[in-house]
Order: sequence, then C-alpha cells, then structure tokens
Amino acid sequence: MIRQNAEASTERGNKTSDADAPQMGRPAGAYPTASGRLFGALGILLLVLGGSTLLALGTGYQEISFALLRDDEITRNIFFRLRLPRVIMTGIIGATLASVGAALQALFRNPLADPFTLGVSGGGALGASIAIALGWGARVSGVPLVFLAAFAGAAISGAIVYRIARTGLVVLPGALLLSGVVLNLIASAGVLTVQYIADQTRALQILRWIVGSLDVVGYDVIWRMLVFLVPGWLMLIAFSRDLQLLAVDEETAASLGVNVRRCEWVIYVVSSLLVGVTVSVGGAIGFVGLIVPHTVRLLFGQNLRIVLPSSFVLGAAFLILADAVARTVFGQAELPVGAVTGILGGPFFLWLLRREQHYSAM
Amino acid sequence: MKAFGDVLLEARNVHFSYTPTKPVICGASLSLGRGAMGAIIGPNGCGKSTLIRLLAGLVVPSAGEIEYEGAPLASIGPRVLAKKIAYVPQSTARTFPFTALEIVLTGRTPYIPRFEFESNRDVERAWEALETVSISHLAQRRVTELSGGERQLVSAARALAQEPACLLLDEPSASLDLKHRAGLMRTLSNLRNRTGLTVLMVTHDLSLLDPGFDVIFAMRCGKVAAQGVPYEVLRDSVLADVYDDLHVRTHRMEGKTFVWSEV
Repeated sequence: MIRQNAEASTERGNKTSDADAPQMGRPAGAYPTASGRLFGALGILLLVLGGSTLLALGTGYQEISFALLRDDEITRNIFFRLRLPRVIMTGIIGATLASVGAALQALFRNPLADPFTLGVSGGGALGASIAIALGWGARVSGVPLVFLAAFAGAAISGAIVYRIARTGLVVLPGALLLSGVVLNLIASAGVLTVQYIADQTRALQILRWIVGSLDVVGYDVIWRMLVFLVPGWLMLIAFSRDLQLLAVDEETAASLGVNVRRCEWVIYVVSSLLVGVTVSVGGAIGFVGLIVPHTVRLLFGQNLRIVLPSSFVLGAAFLILADAVARTVFGQAELPVGAVTGILGGPFFLWLLRREQHYSAM
Repeated sequence: MKAFGDVLLEARNVHFSYTPTKPVICGASLSLGRGAMGAIIGPNGCGKSTLIRLLAGLVVPSAGEIEYEGAPLASIGPRVLAKKIAYVPQSTARTFPFTALEIVLTGRTPYIPRFEFESNRDVERAWEALETVSISHLAQRRVTELSGGERQLVSAARALAQEPACLLLDEPSASLDLKHRAGLMRTLSNLRNRTGLTVLMVTHDLSLLDPGFDVIFAMRCGKVAAQGVPYEVLRDSVLADVYDDLHVRTHRMEGKTFVWSEV
C-alpha cells in the first residue's frame, strides 16, 4: 500500500477540478496593445534623444553657449560647421548600428549577435581600408568607391559567417559567434597589412579611421550616406514583423506565412549595406548593436516591432553621448568613439554571455 | 470507417529527402476527411515528422502531390494557407523571454496586414485560445521559464489563435503529464465536435487513440504502411509489422484499446 503525503491529499481534496475553476489571469480592462506601447516607448526615447543631442551640442573642447549663437561668428562657425554635422552623423551611425543589431539578433535567434561580433563590421573595415590604400577617392556615378568596397567586405564576411553557422535547419549559435570573432581577427590582420604596405599619408588616413572616429564631417557626406541608409532603414522596419516571428521560432514563423529564406536574404543584404556604409564613414564602432537593443528589451519588452524602432532612436542617443564623452574626457586630446563603446560594450557582452549560459556550451 | 463529407487534405505518392542519398519519404499517400481526427504513428525515424511538415507546406515534396481542398498546396499563398492550416512543431526555440501571450498573439499574424498592429479583437482571440487549452494563468509568464510541457501548450494555443480549419501537431503530448495529455486530447476532440476542426497529429501514445480518433496512419520506412479506424490498425499483427517488434501487445477493454510492448 502506498501512503500518500497527508498534506498533498488534503490539498487535492479541497481543490476543485480545473474544469470548474474560473479562468485566471485575464485582465478585466483592455490589454495595452503593441501599438500603444510602441508610441509610449518612442515618446520617452525621443525625449532622451533630444536631451542627449542638446548636451552633446553644448559640450566639447569649446563650450558653446546657445545664447551666443546669434551674435558670435566664431561660435556660429564651430556650431554649424563642426559640431552640428558631427552630432547628426553620430546619431545616424548609432541608430543604424543599433537597429541592425536588433535585426541580426532576431534573425539568428542569438542575443549576442551584432554587426561587430558577427564580423560584418570587420569585413567592411577591411574593404574600406583597401579602398583608402588604393586611393579610390573616386566615385562611380556619384557613389563613393569606399562605400562600395566596405559594402562588399561586409557582405563577404556576412556570407562566410552564415555559411559556417548554418547546418541544414539550424543556425548554430556558438559557430556563428566564433566564426564572427575569427573573421574579425582575419580582417584586422588584413587592415594592418594594408596599412603597412600603403604609403605614409594613406596609412595615417586608415589609422585615423580604423578605431572609429567621427571628426571632420561635412554635410555632403551625410547626404551621401542617407541615400543608402534610408532605404535600408525602411526595409528593416518593413521586415520587423517577419523578424519578430523569426525571433520566436523559425518553423513557427514559416507556418505563419513568413518566407524564411527571403527574409534572411533581405536582412543579410540590407545589414551588409547599412554596416558597410557606416563603417566606411565612422570606422568599426563596436557593441552599439548589442548594448542598445538589450537596454530597449529590458525597458519595453521583447516585441521586435517595438524593439527595432526604439533601438533606432536610443542608438542615436547612445552614440551621441558616447561621442560627447570621447570628445571631452581627456580635454584637448580626442578619444576615438570606438574606444568608448568598446570599453562599455566588452564587459556588457561578457555579462550577457554569462547570463545566456547555454550559448557557451554550443 | 466513419464517413466524412469530403477530403480536406490529401497526399498522393509523395517523395522527399533532405540529402540526395537518403530518402525520408518514399511514396507516402494519405487522405484526411474534413472534421476527422487522425493520428500518424510509427517507429522513430520512419518519416512521421517529415510527412507532417510536408502536409503543413513547410517543405516541398520532390515528387507526388499534396492537395488541400483539392487545390495543390503550393498554389495556395503562404498567408492564405496560414489561415487554413496551423502547425505545432515538436519543440520551439526559446532564445528571447517572450511572454506566453506574445507567442499566442503571433498566431494572429495571418489576419493582420503587414504594417498594422494587432487589434483588441486579436488580443481577445489570443486570450480565448489560452483559455481553450486552460493555460490563461500562464499568459504573462516568460516562455523561457516555462516547462517543456507548458511550452507545448502555449504552442498549441498559438496554433488555435490562427483559427485554422486543420491543425497539424508533431508529438504535442511528448512532454505532457498524464492529466494534460488527456486534457489536450479532450480539448481537440471538443473543438472537432464544436467547430468541425480537422486534426492530424504525430504521436507515440498508442493508448490514447481508441476511442477518440477516427483514422490512424501507420508509417514504416517513409510509406504509410497501414491505415484505417483505430481497432483495425491497433492490432498485434499490424503493429508488430509496423514497429518490427514481436513484443507488441494490444488489448481491447471497455471500449478502449491498450497498446504496450512486453519488456
């Protein structure tokens, strides 16, 4: 005879069967829909972006008082010729990297994916440095060759990482990150080689740009970038629902009508383009695509249709602030913004790795 | 065999392989009547999951036809198909801590235009689906923290939120306990009776099939080796052949068929 635990059996005796029990959990009022939550999140983040933009515009080697803008010629020059374009550019790059990071994480169902950790930035950097070393300042029908070379480099390394990590129906998360890291190493070795071979002035040009610095920026570069970036951004937004379904589960997404291969292909091309263009202007700025989407997830939940646009706005704010720090922290000597994001992002990556322990096993 | 109005889902002489050298499905045929409750059984690796993925339109056969309501599956657009056929995979990814409600809401995707968000009505439908499988208390829980069985129920609720005419499930009861296993069968059976839902599931639970199911397809080596009403298929001789196991025993008692293999 089996003796039942007395406590357990009384509990069973008191409890009504599940079928009779009233359904629990359903809230009485209206459940906040995703659209409401998106607008709430965007409202908050735009305020953050506005605040950080004002802060970044005001701070720098030369403190700027907004009151002087109207009267003082020098202040006006510093503000409109140097600081404003730089802040705009920084915002654009931050927004792009953060939203590409959010998209790649969903696409590969890997919270550690980011243009930098997947080696896409590295490939782009190699492509761009080859173009700089060869002196390809020229443009093909208005398109700077450096953009195209960086795009090609990013696309090639993206394709290699994907080919290695994808086996049949699954993308191996460990293989994805490892091959990304190794590709980054290969690419930086390549950049060093190119720099060594190239002549003095060009080598210096490459060095200045490698670590990701954003000085000396004009409005014309911004316009040229936007021609490529805006369509890319729109594609990411257009595919955010497919990405949301892919983030949940690939097979489920397919059964819900997502063309998985097409989505992968589009996101791959779009991210290579976006990363290639940003890298060719700002260098390989790491970890923005990791820090920002995860912060957004912690604040506003997992829904990618909220995470993607929110990452866009917060990414701009984040990099603008990081650049303001880079410009001011050592007084006159400017730190490359890539160093700031690296110092912040590296430990963040390790913290995530520790939290997502199941990835280290694969 | 109980007669059903018309054939809803039909596979004719279907072939498929993931790698060129190793065919998985070689000449499988089956037809499922509207409103029928069917099960695919068979030994491990005989192609059950692949066949149900073929029927769900997730993979395309290399030869043979699959038809839904007489139209080739490939000719139906993916969004339209997602409103007709819902598929519950064996297991789902759990990378991101979505809430159960968020997962179930993804089932509404085929009904929402690409650039629109879910309406209150969609949220309502998602709650109803959660209630149908009696897991509305899990709605706000993160799926990464749920047990395997609970996640299977979330997946089933997501499929029901699609309001499909045909539900395909790949071993939905694999990690469910005794109570929830029977509970899921009851839920599906009720839905079938109430709404005319057609159900086809891959299962290893041979003792849950009779009574309840209308038709059983027993697979062996990529083919449907035997099919019929439960008491025709669930016999020592048929199962011994299908599973290539002489220890299989069946016993009919009080209108139920019990199946086991002697240890």
